Amino acid sequence: MVESHDIVKPIIGLEIHVELATATKMFCRCRNHFGDPPNTNVCPVCIGMPGVLPVMNRVAVELSMKVGLALNCTVPDFTKWDRKSYYYPDLPKNYQISQYDLPLNVDGHIEVPLADGSIKKVRILRAHLEEDAGKNVHDNPAHTGVDLNRAGVPLLEIVSQPDMNSPEEAGAYGRAMQRLVRWLGASEANMQMGHMRFEPNINLHITRGGVTYKTPIVEVKNLNSFRSLEGAVAYEINRQYSEWLGNPDYTLDKCGKQNRGWDDVRLQTVFQREKEEAHDYRYFPEPDLVPVLVDAEWRERLRGQIVELPLARRARYMGEYGLTFKEADALTQDAPTGDLLDAAVAAGADAKRCTNLLLGRGAAIANERGCSIAEVGLSAGQLTDLAKMTDAGEINATAAAKLFDKLAAEGGSPRELAQAEGLLAVRDESALAAWVEEAVSANAQAADDARSEDPKKRKKAFGFLMGQVMQRSKGAAAPAAVQKLLQEKLGL
Amino acid sequence: MSHNVLDLSALELREAVASGELTAGEAVEAYLDAIERREPHLRAYNEVLADEARAQADQVDAQRRDGLPMGPLAGVPVALKDNLCTPFGHTTCSSKMLADFRAPYTATAVAKLRQAGAVILGKTNLDEFAMGSSTENSGFAPTCNPWDPKRVPGGSSGGSAAAVAARTCAAALGSDTGGSIRQPAAFCGVVGLKPTYGRVSRFGLVAYGSSLDQIGPLGRDVADAALLADVISGYDPKDSTSIDRPVGDFLAGLDRPVHNLRVGWPGEFFSDALDGEIRSAIEKARDLYKELGATIVDVSLPHSRIDTDAAGNLSSYAVACYYIVAMAEASSNLARYDGVHYGHRTDRPCDDILDLYSRSRAEGLGEEVKRRIMLGTYTLSAGYYDAYYHKALKVRRLIKNDFDRAFEQCDVLLCPTTPTTAFALGEKTADPLTMYLADIYTISVNLAGLPGLSLPAGVSAAGLPIGMQLIGPVFREDLLLRAGRMFEKASGISRLAPPMVQ
Ligand SMILES: [Zn+2]
Repeated sequence: MVESHDIVKPIIGLEIHVELATATKMFCRCRNHFGDPPNTNVCPVCIGMPGVLPVMNRVAVELSMKVGLALNCTVPDFTKWDRKSYYYPDLPKNYQISQYDLPLNVDGHIEVPLADGSIKKVRILRAHLEEDAGKNVHDNPAHTGVDLNRAGVPLLEIVSQPDMNSPEEAGAYGRAMQRLVRWLGASEANMQMGHMRFEPNINLHITRGGVTYKTPIVEVKNLNSFRSLEGAVAYEINRQYSEWLGNPDYTLDKCGKQNRGWDDVRLQTVFQREKEEAHDYRYFPEPDLVPVLVDAEWRERLRGQIVELPLARRARYMGEYGLTFKEADALTQDAPTGDLLDAAVAAGADAKRCTNLLLGRGAAIANERGCSIAEVGLSAGQLTDLAKMTDAGEINATAAAKLFDKLAAEGGSPRELAQAEGLLAVRDESALAAWVEEAVSANAQAADDARSEDPKKRKKAFGFLMGQVMQRSKGAAAPAAVQKLLQEKLGL
Repeated sequence: MSHNVLDLSALELREAVASGELTAGEAVEAYLDAIERREPHLRAYNEVLADEARAQADQVDAQRRDGLPMGPLAGVPVALKDNLCTPFGHTTCSSKMLADFRAPYTATAVAKLRQAGAVILGKTNLDEFAMGSSTENSGFAPTCNPWDPKRVPGGSSGGSAAAVAARTCAAALGSDTGGSIRQPAAFCGVVGLKPTYGRVSRFGLVAYGSSLDQIGPLGRDVADAALLADVISGYDPKDSTSIDRPVGDFLAGLDRPVHNLRVGWPGEFFSDALDGEIRSAIEKARDLYKELGATIVDVSLPHSRIDTDAAGNLSSYAVACYYIVAMAEASSNLARYDGVHYGHRTDRPCDDILDLYSRSRAEGLGEEVKRRIMLGTYTLSAGYYDAYYHKALKVRRLIKNDFDRAFEQCDVLLCPTTPTTAFALGEKTADPLTMYLADIYTISVNLAGLPGLSLPAGVSAAGLPIGMQLIGPVFREDLLLRAGRMFEKASGISRLAPPMVQ
């Protein structure tokens, strides 16, 4: 739809709200937990009763600083709290404790892996900490309920510079941020539970005849899935261009900034009626809290707690373990999965063998359960034993897969389990010889072909006979031993 | 002994209860009886908690019978300003908005009183949400001055000050944001201490101007103020702005005079705005300190200066600064009272939720509270923040610097508490600006976070008490109280009794 002479460049910035995975809320000791009955995780502080005072949750501040440091942000020596005022039923005090001019983290960047394997650098303007609001519940036509379980949950707002230029880049940025906050243990970043919410800012720089026109910056509010994020950005790019084509006054200068919402059913952004006056949040310093003073010792201690980050680890897996890009990427989606691999390798297991186990049955089970590979339940010790036994020929690949499933479901020792289940490879020569004898005599044609001059025919027939022997052993025969006996039997 | 229970100071009463001369039950009955007789002329209490007080007194008496250790306030009947949250009775802030509010928690200062054995008699009247200087802004009814029922007791802790003066409690707690303990203490002839900001936990004090608010005691003499200050001070993990710093024993050191005391004399406070009788009372106090061996040092507080224009109108940086900071904070602190989250909700049909908020607030809040919320909202608004709030913060810093410089030269400052003695009910209600100037000598102390003590310096020809103020460096309540005690002892001006109790 772009007219041939126009150069259309989408400019996209993103605000991401991340709920932190602390045990308790930001300014009181109520449980920070999703899904409990309404208004059960509340106290006088988080419902804003008269006379009570907030007390800062230090863990939330440290998690935020860790995210900031991992985003290459500066964590200033002095940061403070501010009140942001607006009236809304789900906001108990009618102000939110947030950070205005002196946030916890400023001026960073993140390297975002794109689908083609390249890296996009996105600058971070700031990442500040605030308290979440409650939730209005519209389950009764006569009333609106308010659930304040979420009120006061620590929320990290990460604001990017407008450095993204396509829906795919916005999505990739969001996914990279999700992976990072999970990696650091800062958030579960579960989209269904609302742990992560997106607000993209989108406009277009359209160059026509050497002149660049800017469309109004549109902020799309409250997107809670990657699909809606990418959908909303793509929709806005098309919509803004069409609107500009139809109306040359549709520019940033003339129309300013606009808010739109996202209709998840019709898959389009919708205009939100502007308030008569612009929002004036009347920020001022929160007098009930003292400023947060960050010294070098504290900052460096947290920096020291930041483990190897996803992209560095991915590169190491490719270089050190010889994994493919796809394998290394899959194993660095979260930190514990890679930790599992590293621990098994450190214990002497083969990296490639472990990778096959983790990305085979591991990934399959994880997919079924909707969890990470590490959460499937295999310990590093179990993985090590499984890989070593396979490499030593004590079990074959089929048995290893079966054992993986058993271990994931019930736990236990791989070796004992293999014995109990009869999955240890049979190396007893007499039993193997009997299966070889049966397979050869029942498949005379294949036995002849296995001795033929044609290498292709020979290979195919030998493979077939191997399979027949394995079938007779119900998968328990040690393949190397079978191969040797079968060659002897056929006189090869 | 019960016939003169009401004449005992809190300290004496505690000794009498501890020694068994008097039971807590007898003390409570004496005070409940005094309340019954005098309250109709005063209206100092919003709520008298007779049953609760009797039960608490029984507890104290049982403790004594069982030979258990007695707290430092065992059996002392205390009144609480009605903006301090108690799990018994109501906490109304003298606002229709919170007329039915019952707090499910206890203010830390109140919990400490209870732990010390104090008996809570009731909740006292105040200017609505502590906004005012006369208690006439109470959403229920004004309180009268025990020295002259046609006059105001001052405010906003007017109920507490009147009750202490009228002997309808042994001592009381108030809160001081711009003078709200010291000014009514001066008007009612009692002793009031505003502690250093952060000395006493604000947890459970319904906020007005959070960066200025501080809870403090009102008593009949300096010793009682020291006794209560000892009990309520200290760090509280529930208040991040409370300071983790050891609390001295104010009472134990009280009678030790300050050697080589240097008394600062801030010339700016003695302008034409000051009533002549008050001026001479403070000058007499100065001379007395000189006689006691103190050195008088002239100091300057240029940013707290009070100017008078050709038309006789007063103005002061400190007053302007105070009202901007306090109103800005108040506009935000009081936002929760919207009829949905808390407080009075209108009965009238509403178009939408905004309409519901507006009508409920319009009905539930008084004129002065609405005025301050609107002014505070205005000064914080985009485009005005720099001109008002931000500038006020700068002035606040300058005021603090003035005091820091002054305390390089002296130990305490001596000045009036108020520019006039208690004014008549209704005299200033029509002109809020004149009312604001009742606090010209007290508000810079809050802006600088310093401790301030008001104690009686005499009685005017018209028979009204005159207050003098001692101001000290941060965390030097001990100095203030000792210097106050020196004056009290040497002058004999102590435990002033208004005519209604004589
Ligand atoms: Zn809570």
